[in-house]
Amino acid sequence: MATAAPTRRVESSSSWRLTDRIGLGLCWAAGLLLCLIAAGIVGYMAYRGLQYLRPHLLWERPLSDSDQSKSGGFFDPLVGTVALTVIGTAIALPVGVSTAVWLVEFGRPSWLARLVESGVEVIAGTPDIVLAIFGLVLFQQQIFALLSFQAEGNAVFGRSFLTAGTMLGLVALPFIVGSTREALQTIPRHVREASLALGKTRAATIRRVLLPAARPGIATGTVLGMGRIVGDTAIVVILLGATLQLQRVGGPPLIGDVRGTGSTLTSYVYNNSPAGEGNASEKAYAAAFVLLLVVIGLNLVAGRLGRRKVSWTS
Amino acid sequence: MDELTVPPIRRIDLGNDPRVVESNGHRPAAVVRRRRPARPAGHERMTLEGLGVAYAAKRAVRDVTLEVRAGEVLALIGPSGCGKTTLLRTLNRLTELTPSAVRSGRLTLDGEDVDTLEVTQLRRRVSMVFQQPNPFPMSVFDNVAYALREQASRRPRRADLREPVERALRRAGLWDEVAENLDHPALRLSGGQQQRLCIARALAATPEVLLLDEPCSALDPISTEVIEELIVQLASELAVVIVTHNMQQAHRIADRVAFMYLGELVELGTAEQIFGAPRQQRTRDYVSGSFG
Repeated sequence: MATAAPTRRVESSSSWRLTDRIGLGLCWAAGLLLCLIAAGIVGYMAYRGLQYLRPHLLWERPLSDSDQSKSGGFFDPLVGTVALTVIGTAIALPVGVSTAVWLVEFGRPSWLARLVESGVEVIAGTPDIVLAIFGLVLFQQQIFALLSFQAEGNAVFGRSFLTAGTMLGLVALPFIVGSTREALQTIPRHVREASLALGKTRAATIRRVLLPAARPGIATGTVLGMGRIVGDTAIVVILLGATLQLQRVGGPPLIGDVRGTGSTLTSYVYNNSPAGEGNASEKAYAAAFVLLLVVIGLNLVAGRLGRRKVSWTS
Repeated sequence: MDELTVPPIRRIDLGNDPRVVESNGHRPAAVVRRRRPARPAGHERMTLEGLGVAYAAKRAVRDVTLEVRAGEVLALIGPSGCGKTTLLRTLNRLTELTPSAVRSGRLTLDGEDVDTLEVTQLRRRVSMVFQQPNPFPMSVFDNVAYALREQASRRPRRADLREPVERALRRAGLWDEVAENLDHPALRLSGGQQQRLCIARALAATPEVLLLDEPCSALDPISTEVIEELIVQLASELAVVIVTHNMQQAHRIADRVAFMYLGELVELGTAEQIFGAPRQQRTRDYVSGSFG
């Protein structure tokens, strides 16, 4: 039997209708435009940042001076960013993972599960400025006096690392719930049953099999959430007290610090930039560049973690 | 081109072996039963009396009475949806994970009603291997050790678990292949090795009954052969119940075969009798390939 010579045919869009070809061209252009915008932002910030960033800025404390050569560095805002990220993540991680475990592994009654899902969506959709104002109203109540400090006349200040970190935890929470849920849902049912069939309880199955299997997903969501905390401004400006340096209040070390106020890289940029409230554009560019590096770094980490998923036979 | 023409399906009379239906008219190689170690006739491990399972309005298993004996392989065969997997999952009360499932009838393990046992205890004594190899995303060692540890606890320590883990891996015929790589991720093993690891995991807690739900259906023929050999060897130490779609497999490894159809137990007998001289018409039709 004669066999036809193998032919290689590649579909070409040159045979398409004109309108289809224009549509395809617009899709290309949209993608390229986004690349250009991203490259423009990073490139400009790198240019400006490298121009003004000096290593000593990273460990010098900021000083209040209108002369940029005397206003110090941004050590305190850097510490503030790290502290808020740690506090926010420490709150969001356990709450987010527990919520996702309940939704996927239990989720009954179903109306309650739907309610919880909507709750998470509402939090995800609430503008940060609304969360900030709500947080201020909430944490100025007497029962939350321990989270910040009480001024004379018993008024609760309501602004501190703890109160800002709590509200920033809410910003990170939807990312952690979402990615943990997705990770748990991809684990086939028979894997759960295999653990139960060995005489394990549901609790043991969740702790020893499901959560370790979902770890890459949990980590991805956590890092994305951290990126949001690092980049948030509204909550920091309103709930962190906006003091240039870290201001501790009375109390044991660390506790006194987190009950106190401070600033972060975002609020530092806002307060120094001519576009914001200050007139120290060199400091603002340098700090903004560092901020951008941190956020891009976190996103790269999230991308790497996301690739480590367990592949199951389903 | 003429060797490509397909001969018409013919049914040929081969004495009392109506199983043999081959499209090309050739007699297939006779099913070779796996050599089994000599063992005494086993006592009853589990008894099922009038067992039924319903999912809401659908009755998946109706009025099944049979016993599972130590030292033998019992195969459950039947077409898809006949209730054989549901019946298997009832034996370790895994059906209870489905909220709509309702069980009726009596089920005992060593004379004790399974409902009086703690479900975690029952499942350590009546262990199960699934259709898809499903090692947990941890090391080979930890997969087996997981079954030995107390619930979520990490105790006892690794050194104390070495011996039972090795014993379970040896019983599953996997030790020689993984002894050097106990700390490697289990999901990197081949499909056949993963399934033997799942068997090792199921054996670790030294169960009395081993349930297998189509354990070879996701495997290649060579891995299947290894696992079939293993099942026959294991049956000398415990009771094995296997669900299979594959009649040849049931014939090769089972001591007794239960044919189920539409949730009912149609016929129960030795493998020779079910495949050689089925008493019921429906069994005869099924094993001859008329339907299924």
